[in-house]
Amino acid sequence: MIRTLTPYAIAAVLGLAANTAFAVEYGPLQIEKSSVSFTSKQMGVPVDGRFRKFAADIRFDPAKPAAASAKIDIDLASIDAGSKDADDEVVGKQWFNVKSFPTASFVSSGVKALGGDRFEAIGKITIKGKSQDAVLPFSVKQDGSSATFDGGFTLKRLDFAIGEGPWADVSAVANEVQIKFRLVAGKK
Amino acid sequence: MNAPNRYTLTAIRLHWLMAILLVGLFAAGLYMTGLKLSPQKLQLYSWHKWAGVTVFVLALVRLAWRIGHPPPADPAGMPRWQALAAHGVHHLLYLLMIAIPLSGWLMSSAKGFQTVWFGVLPLPDLLQKDKALGDLLQTVHQFLNYSLAALVLAHAGAALKHQFIDRDGVLARMLPYLDKTR
Repeated sequence: MIRTLTPYAIAAVLGLAANTAFAVEYGPLQIEKSSVSFTSKQMGVPVDGRFRKFAADIRFDPAKPAAASAKIDIDLASIDAGSKDADDEVVGKQWFNVKSFPTASFVSSGVKALGGDRFEAIGKITIKGKSQDAVLPFSVKQDGSSATFDGGFTLKRLDFAIGEGPWADVSAVANEVQIKFRLVAGKK
Repeated sequence: MNAPNRYTLTAIRLHWLMAILLVGLFAAGLYMTGLKLSPQKLQLYSWHKWAGVTVFVLALVRLAWRIGHPPPADPAGMPRWQALAAHGVHHLLYLLMIAIPLSGWLMSSAKGFQTVWFGVLPLPDLLQKDKALGDLLQTVHQFLNYSLAALVLAHAGAALKHQFIDRDGVLARMLPYLDKTR
């Protein structure tokens, strides 16, 4: 019985292998398992925040990182900056100016393998009408039907004019903001 | 052993330093909470928290000092109810000088803002971020502060009564330049 099934099993495995030779498309995000959070420093003290709404299109095959691509959009008005005071302030003109620039985005131009489950996405971050080259290191965990992309990097808020006027003072709010993301997406 | 007729110089300095800090902190607290968010507001909050932690430490130093250096005895002939009231107020003042910074620290913690003393010494965040608890602790912090303000007024009023009505030299024990017998 086992012997007669073997050719089918081999065929099935080959079929799977053939499938994974193409970049696997992931999406939409499993939003309840995903997060985009950040830690800013106010008067030298770390303050945590996050975004409640974001979306991502991810094509990724660990075997072919060069063919991978990602586009991440963050709805800036969905920010939780740590307090009601801060939420009201950061959507305003001096910070994100969400009326004119509602979305922050990252668009990859390439993905490099760093060994093991570590990779880095190279691309552009656009916030408030300003684009900057960025390198986002991340790790990938795949389990059958979904993949988890975990990563983090440091963003300099003044590169994007986030916090103008009196807020450009980095002794009150530091220039460096730690961004962390966990994107969990099912296979399409 | 005779009780000293005035407080030690250390106790006097600590008392007046504390008085300045408490008045300043109370005024800053009233002022800063109404401000629109700005770098100045963040700075004021930080300084308020740092000074508050300082008050906590100084209150402990004062208590420790007091154990080794008992205060002067009550003036002779002071009615019993006045002595009880005076000592009761002193106890409550010490209690609040400890409890108010604690409530402020816990409030900060519950609101998700760690306290780092002068930006150098991080105090542990004992509470998880919890908006309802943070708001409750804010109410507690305010209530304790208004209680402190009322007690400080009673304390100062009593000192002035001793100075200008009883003329018994009680204030001079804490303010030696008033002591004309020296």
